[in-house]
Amino acid sequence: MHKKVFQLIVDNTSGVLSRIAGLFSRRGYNIHSITAGVTADPRFTRITIVTEGDDEILEQIEKQLRKLVDVRDIRELVPDNSVYRELCMIKVEVDAVKRQGIISIADIFRAKIIDVSADSLMIEMTGDQSKIDAFIALLGDYRILEIARTGIAGLQRGTDGVVWFD
Amino acid sequence: MIGADAIVKCLEKEGVDTVFGYSGVAIDPFWNSILETDIKTVLVRTEQNAAHAASGYARTRGKVGVCAVTSGPGATNLLTGIATAYSDSIPLVCFTGQVDSELIGSDVFQEADVIGAAESFVKYSYLVRNVKDIPRIIHEAFYIASTGRRGPVLIDLPADIQLSRIGDFTYPTEPPKLRTYKPTVKGNTLQIKKVIKVLENAKKPLVCVGGGVHLSGAKNELQKFVEKHRLPVVSTMMGLGILPTEHPMYYGMVGNNGAVTANHAMKECDVLLMVGARVADRAVSAPDLTFEGKVLIHMDVDPAEIGKNVGPTIPIVGDAKHIFEEFMGQSFYCSHEEWIASLNNYKMDLKIERPEAKGFVDSPKFIKMLSGKMKDDAIYVADVGQNQLFSCQNAIIREGKFFTSGGMGTMGYSIPAAIGAKLADPERQVVAVCGDGAFQMSMMELATMNQYKSPIKLVVMRNHYLGLVREHQHFVYHDDYSMVDLGFDPDLEMLSKAYHVKYIRCENMEGMEEKIDDFLTGDEACIMEVLNDPMETVAVKKA
Repeated sequence: MHKKVFQLIVDNTSGVLSRIAGLFSRRGYNIHSITAGVTADPRFTRITIVTEGDDEILEQIEKQLRKLVDVRDIRELVPDNSVYRELCMIKVEVDAVKRQGIISIADIFRAKIIDVSADSLMIEMTGDQSKIDAFIALLGDYRILEIARTGIAGLQRGTDGVVWFD
Repeated sequence: MIGADAIVKCLEKEGVDTVFGYSGVAIDPFWNSILETDIKTVLVRTEQNAAHAASGYARTRGKVGVCAVTSGPGATNLLTGIATAYSDSIPLVCFTGQVDSELIGSDVFQEADVIGAAESFVKYSYLVRNVKDIPRIIHEAFYIASTGRRGPVLIDLPADIQLSRIGDFTYPTEPPKLRTYKPTVKGNTLQIKKVIKVLENAKKPLVCVGGGVHLSGAKNELQKFVEKHRLPVVSTMMGLGILPTEHPMYYGMVGNNGAVTANHAMKECDVLLMVGARVADRAVSAPDLTFEGKVLIHMDVDPAEIGKNVGPTIPIVGDAKHIFEEFMGQSFYCSHEEWIASLNNYKMDLKIERPEAKGFVDSPKFIKMLSGKMKDDAIYVADVGQNQLFSCQNAIIREGKFFTSGGMGTMGYSIPAAIGAKLADPERQVVAVCGDGAFQMSMMELATMNQYKSPIKLVVMRNHYLGLVREHQHFVYHDDYSMVDLGFDPDLEMLSKAYHVKYIRCENMEGMEEKIDDFLTGDEACIMEVLNDPMETVAVKKA
């Protein structure tokens, strides 16, 4: 079992996201995360899916997704040749005395403090999933109240993989 | 004990005595296990009708109807039946066989994603992944189907799960605790007080009852309430039969096919209490206009229905039975004799010139006569189309019940639903009324009727057309008829013979009384073919 990141360019039609999510549930595939947003061309939506399975299943996922009418393009975002980013917001319980400790960890990770209250801090950070996981692990000594993660968006490096449609 | 045995045991614990369905390899473990019990199994002739028959059974008994079919085409055939039950909020538990767990998603023989396909018209669905979950899932399914706003629950059963060994079997006794499902049953006391205040001050109050009153079993409570406070009542199609048709406080069905007096009362009232009715488009075509300047009290067990089509002045979420019990405990007084007198005068003065169908059987007259002669507690099942609207407008319902596919308008509902009703209550007279279109959609169930000795009285109103759509094309497309002409008529007399059913033919109104008496006599099945004017319309034509 291993993870794979797929990038899909799909027609921006109503119900497209539910058709894709439905395919995963119907065939019993796993979704780790799914993100969607409009592309430079407003007719299309870029969807980034992180999924897990053995080679056979991952191959099936790609083929089944490719078959969907709305899917214009599907490719794997290979880690060596791609950049992934995820946005994560973390709310930590902390009083004024201990606040500085968290702020210095956040600085090292280039995370931002985006909200402060008397007994909590909210931190925003972007990065790939392993960086975010590492950061959350470092906050283990504090009481994490809430975490909101967006799931990753990704792009292939360079100009080779750019997809254009007429 | 294997999974299939556990399923059957769960059904026994839930008090199920009849299961409708169809066999197939993926559901065979279940049909094999059920042989060991006293549960009656009914093999219908196509899966859709298993759900309709279970629906007729559920509506007669006031409990959950159960059906089971195989995977793939069995499951997809069932879909229309599930959707029909969903739109009328009928409590069903539907089992579908499924391919082996490990093969799900690989497009093997007779695999269909029924959970996905049925998603938008089930109340809830389960795919059983572990044999140990069977008791919990079935217990939850019956609870969800029969509480709150009733509806169908689907359980998809992979064949390997049905065959897996299950260790110890214990069936939960307490109602399940579901984190996200907590239907509101009791009405809010403050809201009830508000309603009473409004009713006390009302000059022209009106109660509009819907199918929710049947479903919550609040028929008697409601009747007592409106009699005590002398509140005039109208009903939706699904609410027919809550008050007897000839009850002095009842003014008929509302809506675009409804009674003139009922619609007049809706227009004129100053306080409207809607009970278990969803203010759907066929009942109230322009809700915002209709309710302008009125106090609208909307009572429903489903909070999502309140405010969906019209914003109420006073919402009450809860089960009608509980709420009316609460109302009866409160003492208050309303006075509006003038309003009742004005409604009665309106009804008396009303003269609708309806030309009688000459040389044919006149539908309104026939249905009045037929229903008038039926037993007091008979069940009347109307199909869909002109026969349904004529039935709604003219059937005289006393202590009996009136079933039809109101929300979905599924043709072919009446025959299987009537068979289900007869099996649920064999002592009752069950009469199904359908058109020649709907008859040909479900006539194969006459075999089921004979096989399980559940004789129904079946009226086929023949006009050689899909009459209601023909009527629509008459008015909208100026008689440019397309796809509505049933060009070939099967010989019903021979068909009756083929199914060993008594047959009566009525070409016109001559001797109709005797023919209906003959039709209704005894407890044997009978088909009555009634010839209607092909050009008859439900809507009264403007001269």
